[in-house]
Amino acid sequence: MSNDQTSAGSPAPKPLRKPGSQIIVDTLVELGVDTMFGYLGGVVLPLFDKLYDAPINFIIPRHEQGGCHMADAYARATGKVGVVVATSGPGATNLVTGIANAMMDSVPIVCLTGQVRTDLIGNDAFQEADITGITRPITKHNCIVKNVKDLARTIREAFHIASTGRPGPVLIDIPVDVAVSMCEVTVAPEKVHLQGYRLKPHGHAKQIAIAANAINNAKRPVLYVGGGIISSGASAELRQFAEKANVPVTTTLLAMGVFDQTKPGSLNMLGMHGAAYANFAVQEADLLIAIGARFEDRVTGKITTFAKNAKIIHVDIDPSSISKNITVDIPIVGDAKRILKELTDAIEHRERIEWCARIAELKQKYPLAYDRNATTIKPQYVIEELAHQTNGDAIICTGVGQHQMWAAQFYSYKRPRQFITSGGLGTMGFGLPAAIGAQIACPDQTVIDIDGDSSLNMTMNELATAVQYKLPVKICLINNGFMGMVRQWQELFYNKRYSCSFLENPDFATVARAYGAVGITVDKKEDVPAAIKKMLAETGTCLVDFRVEPEENVWPMVPAGKSINEMDGIDIFQSMA
Amino acid sequence: MKHIISALVQNEPGVLARVAGMFAARAFNIDSLAVGRTDNPKLSRMTIVVIGDDRMVEQVRKQLAKIISVVKVQDYAGQNLVARDLMLITIAAPAEKRPEIFALIEMFNAKVVDIGPKFVMVEVVGPEIKIEAFIEACQPYGIKSVVRTGTIAMPRHPKLKSQQ
Ligand SMILES: Cc1cc2nc3c(=O)[nH]c(=O)nc-3n(C[C@H](O)[C@H](O)[C@H](O)COP(=O)(O)OP(=O)(O)OC[C@H]3O[C@@H](n4cnc5c(N)ncnc54)[C@H](O)[C@@H]3O)c2cc1C
Ligand SMILES: Cc1ncc(C[n+]2csc(CCOP(=O)(O)OP(=O)(O)O)c2C)c(N)n1
Repeated sequence: MSNDQTSAGSPAPKPLRKPGSQIIVDTLVELGVDTMFGYLGGVVLPLFDKLYDAPINFIIPRHEQGGCHMADAYARATGKVGVVVATSGPGATNLVTGIANAMMDSVPIVCLTGQVRTDLIGNDAFQEADITGITRPITKHNCIVKNVKDLARTIREAFHIASTGRPGPVLIDIPVDVAVSMCEVTVAPEKVHLQGYRLKPHGHAKQIAIAANAINNAKRPVLYVGGGIISSGASAELRQFAEKANVPVTTTLLAMGVFDQTKPGSLNMLGMHGAAYANFAVQEADLLIAIGARFEDRVTGKITTFAKNAKIIHVDIDPSSISKNITVDIPIVGDAKRILKELTDAIEHRERIEWCARIAELKQKYPLAYDRNATTIKPQYVIEELAHQTNGDAIICTGVGQHQMWAAQFYSYKRPRQFITSGGLGTMGFGLPAAIGAQIACPDQTVIDIDGDSSLNMTMNELATAVQYKLPVKICLINNGFMGMVRQWQELFYNKRYSCSFLENPDFATVARAYGAVGITVDKKEDVPAAIKKMLAETGTCLVDFRVEPEENVWPMVPAGKSINEMDGIDIFQSMA
Repeated sequence: MKHIISALVQNEPGVLARVAGMFAARAFNIDSLAVGRTDNPKLSRMTIVVIGDDRMVEQVRKQLAKIISVVKVQDYAGQNLVARDLMLITIAAPAEKRPEIFALIEMFNAKVVDIGPKFVMVEVVGPEIKIEAFIEACQPYGIKSVVRTGTIAMPRHPKLKSQQ
C-alpha cells in the first residue's frame, strides 16, 4: 500500500485514493489490530483480498459463532477489542449468539459484516439479511455505512464505543459496493466526536465522601465486585482498598481472580452456586459495597431479601445499572479504578477484628467440599487436580453447566482475565472457541477449556481450528453423559424425571484424533493425575475425556426464588468437608 | 404516573426503531410518541409519554440516554409545561344535530376543517385532557374516525441559547 505514495517529496501531496476495502484494513491497522477472526463469503471478498497483504494474523473458525466467541475471548484475555468478520445473510446471522454473549458480559468486540449492494438492499436480494435490525437490541451500537467517505470514521467510532465506558459489541454493516468504491483519504484521522456519547468516569465528590463515611462507620462491610473491576483494570486498587479498610471481598462469576482467592479476605463467589460463606456474609453485612457488578438474579436470589441488613453503595460506569434491580442508598456513577483510589484515600484504616473473625469462622464452617473418598471420578476432583498441577496459573475457559460452576468453585484464581466464561447469556458451546481465542491472545500461557459433553457437542467443529493453527489448547472434558445442570434441576424439582436431558455421545477421544488432536479417555480415578500430566505436557491440541460420576450435583444451591442464605446442600457439604 | 420525556436524537435512519425497540425489549409502555425535526436538520425531537412509577421512568430515562444516537434526554415531570395534542376527528353530523355540534366545537375552541352532507371533520388542539373531553362529548353523535399526534411539550420560559 505504501507504493501508492509516489508523490512523497512534493510540497502538496495529492490525496491518496483507495478502495473501501483498503480503507477498512488500513484503519484497523492504525487502530492497533493485529489479530482478526472471521469467515469468507461473496460480499466480503474485496476485504479478504486486502487482508491477504495486511500485517494481521487472521484466524478462520469453522462457524461464524465460533469466530465471534474467539474474538470475544481474545478481548477478555487481553482487554483489547476483538474483531470478527462475516459475510452477509447467513454469515451475519450466525454471529447473533456470539454478539448477544458479548453484550450480556460487556465485552468489547467489533463485528464487520458484508452486506448486499446498496441498490439491492430491501429487495430480498440473495443472502440479504437486515443484520443491523436483527442485532439492534444485542449491540451497544450498530450501523450500516452507505458512503465510502464515512468508512474510516465509522470504524474509529466503533472501536471507541466498544472499548470505553461499559464495553460492548459494535457491528458495522458494509455493503459490497462501498467496499469497492474509491475514496480520497486524508492522512490525519479526525478525532472521534460523538454528540450522544458522553463518558462519566469521575465520581461525584459528595457521593464519594458520603460513601467513605458509611464505610468508616460500618461494622460488617462486604465488597461485592463484578466484571467492571476487570474492564476498569482495578484489581490493584481493589486490593489496596480492601486491605486498608479490612473488608472481605466476594466476586461474581465474571470477576473470579480480581481478588486473590488464597487471601483470608477472599469470600470466593456469591450467588446461586456461590460459596455458602459468601452468601452468609452478604446477609450478615451492615454495608454492601457493590463495584462494577449488576445485581443479576443468579447473584441476588430473592431480591427483596438480598443483603437485607445492609446499606448499599453501588459504583458503576453505566448509570442504568444503578437502581435497576435493587434500590441503592449511595449511588456513584464512575470508573471503578478511579473511584476505588479516591475511596481508599478518603477512608480511615479499620481493623474490624470481630468481623474478620466472623468471616474466618464462616469460611471454616462452610467450606466448598465434595466426597473426596469416592471411588468414582468426581468432577470436582479433576478440577482440583488440574489447579494443583497448573499451580493455579492457567487460563480457564468453560462451557455452560455444572462443570462451569465447579470450574469456578474448585480452581483457585489469582489474577483478572484468568477465568473466561459465559455468564449473562450462559451460552453452551462457548468453551472451545473461547479457549482458541484466549490461546491466540496469550500464546505462552496454558489455556484449558473445562467443558461439558453437551456444551462441547455444540461447537466441537472448532477442534479443526485449534489443530490448523497448532494451538496447544487443552480440553478437559467433564463427561457425565447428561446435560448435567438440567438433569440436576429435573432431579431436584421434577421428581427425577430426566426428560430429554440424556444424549448419546460420540467417543470424544476418537473424534479428537480424527481432527488431528491428541485424544485420551480416563475412566478410573487413579488415572486422573497421570492423564492431566500428559495433557499438560502435550505441545499440540489435546482432549481428555474424563468419565465422571454421572449424577453429581453442584452444591450449594439457592433454589430459584429463595433468599441467598436459604441454600440447599450445605449440610451434605459439612459432612464431607 | 404519567411522565413526558423529551429526547433529542440524531436524525438518522433507524433511530426510531432503536428507541421503540428499546421500549419493547425492556417492557416499558409507550403511551404516545411524537417525532419531528428541530431547527437543526441533523436533530429530531421525540416526545414520549410513558406511564410508570418513578423507578421505572428513571430506567426509561437512563436507557434512552444510553442509546448512542440519543443526544439528550429530559424528564419533564414536575416542570411547568405547555403540553399539546393535535386531533382530527370526524363526527356524524346530520342537519338537525349541527347547531348542537357547532356549539360544542365553539365551546372547545376547536375548528371545522372539512364538512360533508353527513359528517364534519374537526381539528382540536390542546392538552390531552381537553382532547379526551371532546371525544367524550362527541360520543353521542357517533364518531367516524380519530387521528391523534400524541403529546408534544415544552417547558415554559426555556432559557434561550444565547442566555446560557
Ligand atoms: C449456569 C450459570 C450459573 C450462574 N451462577 C452464578 C452464581 O452463582 N454467582 C454469580 O455471581 N454468577 C452466576 N452466574 C453468572 C450470572 O448470570 C451473571 O453473568 C453475573 O453474575 C454477572 O456478573 P457481574 O455482576 O459481575 O456483571 P457483568 O455482566 O460483568 O457487568 C459488569 C458491570 O460493571 C459495570 N462496569 C463496566 N465497566 C466498568 C468500569 N470501568 N467501572 C465501573 N463499572 C463498570 C457495567 O456497567 C456492569 O454493570 C451464572 C451463570 C450461569 C450461566
Ligand atoms: C445454547 C444453550 N442451550 C441450552 C442451554 C440450557 N442449558 C444450561 S446448562 C445445560 C446443560 C449443559 O450440559 P453439559 O454441557 O454437558 O454440562 P454439565 O452441566 O453436564 O456440566 C443446558 C441444556 C444453554 N445454557 N445454552
